[in-house]
Amino acid sequence: MKGIIGKKIGMTSVFEPNGKQTACTIIEAGPCVVTQKKTVDTDGYDALQIAFGEAKEKNTPQALINHFAKANTSPKAIVKELRNCSIDKQVGESLTCEIFAEGEKVSVIGTTKGKGFQGVVKRHGFSGVGEASHGQHDRQRAPGSIGGSSYPSRVFKGMRMAGRMGGDQVKIKALRVVKVFPEQNYILVSGSVPGHNGSIVLIQN
Amino acid sequence: MDTVVAFVHEQMTGNKELPKFKAGDNVTVNYKIIEGAKERIQAFKGDVIKRQGRGFTQTFTVRKMSDGVGVERLFPLYSPNIESIEVNKTGRVRRAKLFYQRDRQGKSARIKEKKYIAVAK
Repeated sequence: MKGIIGKKIGMTSVFEPNGKQTACTIIEAGPCVVTQKKTVDTDGYDALQIAFGEAKEKNTPQALINHFAKANTSPKAIVKELRNCSIDKQVGESLTCEIFAEGEKVSVIGTTKGKGFQGVVKRHGFSGVGEASHGQHDRQRAPGSIGGSSYPSRVFKGMRMAGRMGGDQVKIKALRVVKVFPEQNYILVSGSVPGHNGSIVLIQN
Repeated sequence: MDTVVAFVHEQMTGNKELPKFKAGDNVTVNYKIIEGAKERIQAFKGDVIKRQGRGFTQTFTVRKMSDGVGVERLFPLYSPNIESIEVNKTGRVRRAKLFYQRDRQGKSARIKEKKYIAVAK
């Protein structure tokens, strides 16, 4: 597995060589710094720790400042681990978006936009109960019965109901790398990516 | 964000040169059509009734009358399938979107041509 941390910039569309227009997301990916290499012997698992984005030194705990100092780098805002990483880099070396080639399939992990308190129709895709006519008026987005009175005479655990929606970590799989701009650290991936513009995403495959 | 998108658009469009035209102009769009292995060029001539969007994703709509039936076709401006665009006439119109053309036929659907007169110095 290989991966890189990035920032979602926004969406646009590009033309493929066959003339088809493809919607794609621009991600500012990297440069990241390798801050630690974890191994089975020392930590119990293999992982590569990478950091992205500048942070102010006065807002960074001393422990983290020293941790970054081991990799000879300034304090970073985001630190993530890549388990069983295939990238062969030493601590302190930087990681750029060139690890991905055009045409490669990647998955993107991010946090979805918060939707607030939502009903079952939006949150779980229920179709509502009522009809529009025949005297019905306030049942069109209702969840319906959540449990019978004689059996089971209770509500099952995990019953899908209204509640907070969004703000979940989501992985979008099989997005295609449309284009890479190594000098500007931009990656174009096909399709959409979770989160607001400016939110942090992890690209991996 | 906008500067990054603009940069990407600039990189993707290259230096494709397109004639200047706007709503009300009469244009001929030479559009590549790929049928299996064959490739041919089809011309679509009509009035531009709309230009929409910005940057690389801009589109424009061309309307023409075909056997008394109005036909509209939407083209992405930077589509690689557009071979060339020829501007036949510059129209004198007062709006950017000419949707009123859809309700008109015959004489009232004509668009006056904008004529430029050379001024003697």
